[in-house]
Amino acid sequence: MSSPDEAEAPEPGIARRPVEVATAAILIGLAGLVLWDSYGRGAGWDGGPQNGFFPARVGWLFLAAALFILFQSFRSENQVFVTWRQLAQVVRVLGPLVLFVALIAPLGLYVAAAIFIVVFMGVIATARWWSILLTAVLVPLACFWIFELQFRVPLPKGPLEAALGY
Amino acid sequence: MDDLSSLFTGFQIALSWHNVGFMAIGVVLGIIVGVLPGLGGPNGVAILLPLTFGMDPTSAIILLSSIYWGALFGGAITSILFNIPGEAWSVATTFDGYPMAVQGKAAEALTAAFTASFIGALSGVVLITFVAPLVASFALRFGPAEFFAVFLLTFCSFIGMGRDNRAKILASLCLGFLLAAVGLDSISGDLRMTFGSTELMRGFDFLIVVIGLFGVSEILLTVEEGLVFKGKQAKIDLKVVLRTWAGLPRYWATLVRSSIVGMWMGVTPGGAIAASFMGYGLAKRFSKHGKNFGKGEIEGVLAPETAAHAAGTSALLPMLALGIPGSATAAVLLGGLLVWGLQPGPMLFVEQKDFVWGLIASMYLGNIAGLIIVLATVPLFAAIMRIPFSFVAPVILIVCAIGAYTISNSIFDIWLMLVFGVVGYVFKKLDYPLAPLVLALVLGDRAEDAFRQALIGSGGALDVFWANGLVTTLVLLSMMLLFWGPVGDLIAALNRRGRAEKPAAAE
Repeated sequence: MSSPDEAEAPEPGIARRPVEVATAAILIGLAGLVLWDSYGRGAGWDGGPQNGFFPARVGWLFLAAALFILFQSFRSENQVFVTWRQLAQVVRVLGPLVLFVALIAPLGLYVAAAIFIVVFMGVIATARWWSILLTAVLVPLACFWIFELQFRVPLPKGPLEAALGY
Repeated sequence: MDDLSSLFTGFQIALSWHNVGFMAIGVVLGIIVGVLPGLGGPNGVAILLPLTFGMDPTSAIILLSSIYWGALFGGAITSILFNIPGEAWSVATTFDGYPMAVQGKAAEALTAAFTASFIGALSGVVLITFVAPLVASFALRFGPAEFFAVFLLTFCSFIGMGRDNRAKILASLCLGFLLAAVGLDSISGDLRMTFGSTELMRGFDFLIVVIGLFGVSEILLTVEEGLVFKGKQAKIDLKVVLRTWAGLPRYWATLVRSSIVGMWMGVTPGGAIAASFMGYGLAKRFSKHGKNFGKGEIEGVLAPETAAHAAGTSALLPMLALGIPGSATAAVLLGGLLVWGLQPGPMLFVEQKDFVWGLIASMYLGNIAGLIIVLATVPLFAAIMRIPFSFVAPVILIVCAIGAYTISNSIFDIWLMLVFGVVGYVFKKLDYPLAPLVLALVLGDRAEDAFRQALIGSGGALDVFWANGLVTTLVLLSMMLLFWGPVGDLIAALNRRGRAEKPAAAE
């Protein structure tokens, strides 16, 4: 109906200003943490600079920069930080990635990688099932050959590798 | 000439069979890394660094620096064929490169870009060959105060010359320093900012941070725009290459100008991006075809590529001579030196002659090998971009995870990589520059040591930083660079206000 209007109106999403403010607030918090820790251990002079001396000075600079960014963020133009559609895409990648990293400890990297590929490509859903399975088997095998056999770099292994005698 | 004979020895080292092999492998890997989204110079080198721990340092740095050359070449392929800049300094290449590809002149554009890169890189290497030894022998007289002044110069020029929001550059730098301070303090032996966590005792390894900030975050940014790339076809045959080369001498002025701009900006850190835009801007102003820029003018490809690569190569000069990297990738290479047990800095030229000159010789050879390989294999690498991203992305992420794990065999590091990936995503979207963070993280401990040793030497009096002519000059230069940008901004702002007020007053 009104496609030209839709093209001009920005896509809905998370606004930039709240993200900018939140980031600045986190940075201010970090600066506070650094200053608290440094002065707690001693940031003065005791026959030489104490070990908190340098971080404390950097911490003050950091605090000043973060406060200035916070001040700027209120004056800046409010654009869209990320549209909902883009955010959905990012989550579709980030979700399987978190699962992958979580599975490395119990299952070993190779099995986790296979599961990651299946989940990732399944979620994105543009590939045929047999090409997904083939990738999921071949990529970990190739990694195993390169790292474990060629370069002798041990990667985390789980019950499957143990059962196979590695 | 003593240096020339050293260089000759260097060529003998670099030309051994296995080193030439590493060079070829490095260039091919580098091009792949440069073409794939989510892998760029810094994190491509970072991921492969653990694999070189067991190698002889000279071969290892030849392999890694060849990856760097390959990545520089590869960035141009995606800029021209896909309108996607592989690295920030390839952005200016897309202005005229992509229009040329649209007009069916992709092969000319690519040949021009590669040749320009080669010329730029070569001028950078020549600069390193002749100037780096001088700088290093000069720097042998430096004490802690002078070294701190050089670090200060590096960081100030980042803030003063940067194109980003200055408060954000400063915040990014400080964050890098603070991350570097976490863990064991090298002077007092105390633990700092670990908050009782045993995992944090080791501190933040900058390789993990680099893989997260540059690798994972880049994937997240790439998927935002969907998962399909649309590109132009290109096939380069010898006739096109020769024809393009025959046309190049006409543009000698552009090439020379861009090389000089690049070399100058490269030695000052953070310069490659600025250099590519400056090279483009200057060429546009002085060229006879300035009006056609942006519509597919070959000069618009030559100018930024030459400048960017002259800068990217010159960035290795301060890394070799002073131990201060001029770019994020140079910072990762510097981290490699530490891992291989080499102490970066001016002493390298005295104690590790073979290593230094082998590396410099490999820069000449690596760029020649790179030019030949990239010209011969463009269709192959363009084909990589046609593999669906849903296949490529998980593989890149798995490789990133493996790279993060192998640095110190810790699964905690993979989680850290993930966290820094998200941080990098948010930072990039909010225009926080990432290179200062990495640089400060790498240099943080050494800058702090220099600062503290200088103060211990002077008994805490700050006047050690203007005690002699040398250190005073360096500090003054730092201050000039620091205020160069802000003062320029202020003058521009006042001018604008002045112009805005004039019409108002006339009414």
